[in-house]
Amino acid sequence: MEKRELTCIGCPMGCQITVEMDGKEVKDIQGYTCKRGKIYAQKEVTNPTRIVTSTVRVTGNPEVPVISVKTAQDIPKADIFDCVRALKNVTAVSPVKIGDVILHDVCGTGVDVIATKSA
Amino acid sequence: MSECMQADIVIIGGGPAGLAAAVAARDAGEDSILVLERDSRLGGILNQCIHNGFGLHTFEEELTGPEYAQRFIDMAAERKIDYKLNTMVLSISRDKVVTAMNREDGMFQVQAKAVILAMGCRERPRGALNIPGYRPAGIFTAGTAQRLVNIEGYLPGREIVILGSGDIGLIMARRMTLEGAKVKVVAELMPYSGGLKRNIVQCLNDFNIPLKLSHTVVDIRGKERVEGVTIAQVDSHGKPVPGTEEDYTCDTLLLSCGLIPENELSAQMGVEMNPVTKGPMVNESLETNVEGVFACGNVLHVHDLVDFVSEEAENAGRNAVKYVRAMGRPGSRKETGAVPVLATDGVRYTVPVCVRPDYMDDKLTVRFRVGNVYRDHYIAVYLNDERILHRKRQILAPGEMEQVILDREKLKNVPDLRQIRICLEKD
Repeated sequence: MEKRELTCIGCPMGCQITVEMDGKEVKDIQGYTCKRGKIYAQKEVTNPTRIVTSTVRVTGNPEVPVISVKTAQDIPKADIFDCVRALKNVTAVSPVKIGDVILHDVCGTGVDVIATKSA
Repeated sequence: MSECMQADIVIIGGGPAGLAAAVAARDAGEDSILVLERDSRLGGILNQCIHNGFGLHTFEEELTGPEYAQRFIDMAAERKIDYKLNTMVLSISRDKVVTAMNREDGMFQVQAKAVILAMGCRERPRGALNIPGYRPAGIFTAGTAQRLVNIEGYLPGREIVILGSGDIGLIMARRMTLEGAKVKVVAELMPYSGGLKRNIVQCLNDFNIPLKLSHTVVDIRGKERVEGVTIAQVDSHGKPVPGTEEDYTCDTLLLSCGLIPENELSAQMGVEMNPVTKGPMVNESLETNVEGVFACGNVLHVHDLVDFVSEEAENAGRNAVKYVRAMGRPGSRKETGAVPVLATDGVRYTVPVCVRPDYMDDKLTVRFRVGNVYRDHYIAVYLNDERILHRKRQILAPGEMEQVILDREKLKNVPDLRQIRICLEKD
């Protein structure tokens, strides 16, 4: 049986939640004080995901060396670094508009990286 | 100097507050609005806040800073609101002549009927922190580092120590880590973090970056470039405890030690300041003691969420329009007494600091912060000696802005209303 300690992000309480896991199965969740905490803990131990934001280089606009980008949906937490590394090799070409796809299917997640700034 | 221009409403600052105020003023029917912005683009600090989490209240979706800014830039463009970029406002006179300059117009003046202050805030710099040690390169505020990385495309350092756990510091801990730097530790003077829980978890815990509470930087080493810093524990008075020093080698120290409203222009024109917020004292209309001069956003008090900046600024915009309209009608401005709003027992300040019931909308949002972490306390509101609100909260923290809503009818129904008091109670 594995124990995971989490801090809930639902509110400033920051409840310390303990989750007991048997392999990938959640056996017990303790320490939450509202249902948001329980839902958060469940997701965080079984399928933690994050929206990743970063920047990529831009050519064709001397005023704007980089533009900001984000994953269009959340991706598995374990893929964050690979995602950012993949973006290091990408150069966008001006004109770019907010929402334009900068990188398709980043790291095989099925999620596109899109521009959050125009240049 | 060119001839004096005219505008009904001049807005100082084209960030989220200035833009929301401008849009709301136009939607309230105001034709003559001019926004003056110091930077080369509209949007203010949101342009460098590339992380997501903006707009949940305003747009019911999670946007990044640049996307949130663009929504308001687009709204201002659709409404053909006039603005000038790269324009520095030098002074505002008490009779609302705004003196500014830029490369195209040179120095110029605008006679305004109403002015909205929306200049935002700045980070507390090293000079205000009294950290001993040399003054080498490699010491940045977290926001400066954020600009370098996210706008200019430079990484300001490889091995980082961060002092202060404000949200920008936490966000930059993650950002620098993702860009390949090693963030060794975040030290926080207070026994609690000033940042949001979500940022502690997703910016520090996700990357195993230690957060040392009740710790501060007591020495900076390196003459040309930062070579390392010493961190020590502090006692309950904030004094370093001898023997607890730890050395960290690093090439960069980021400071995230609080934000200060940028009120040089306001103070210079005689706007009265609240020593707690370092922002103007305003009434229910967000109007300062200088008639027709309004304030909103981080220049008024530092916010956690841009959504509340937008909401506040919209009110300032609408109230400025009301003021301009009333100017032409003698006697329309009733000089009724303002009821003070007092902040006591754990409540550090309120915005507004006074209310004129005749001028308020049906509902008035009063925003405030508490001075410490309080568990299981009640937020209470008193009109004179009568308690009209008693709301239990599991937790209240200085890092989270709170609010109560005042009802105009309730205020008007109290005969001889002398004061409104907002406080915390144990039971």
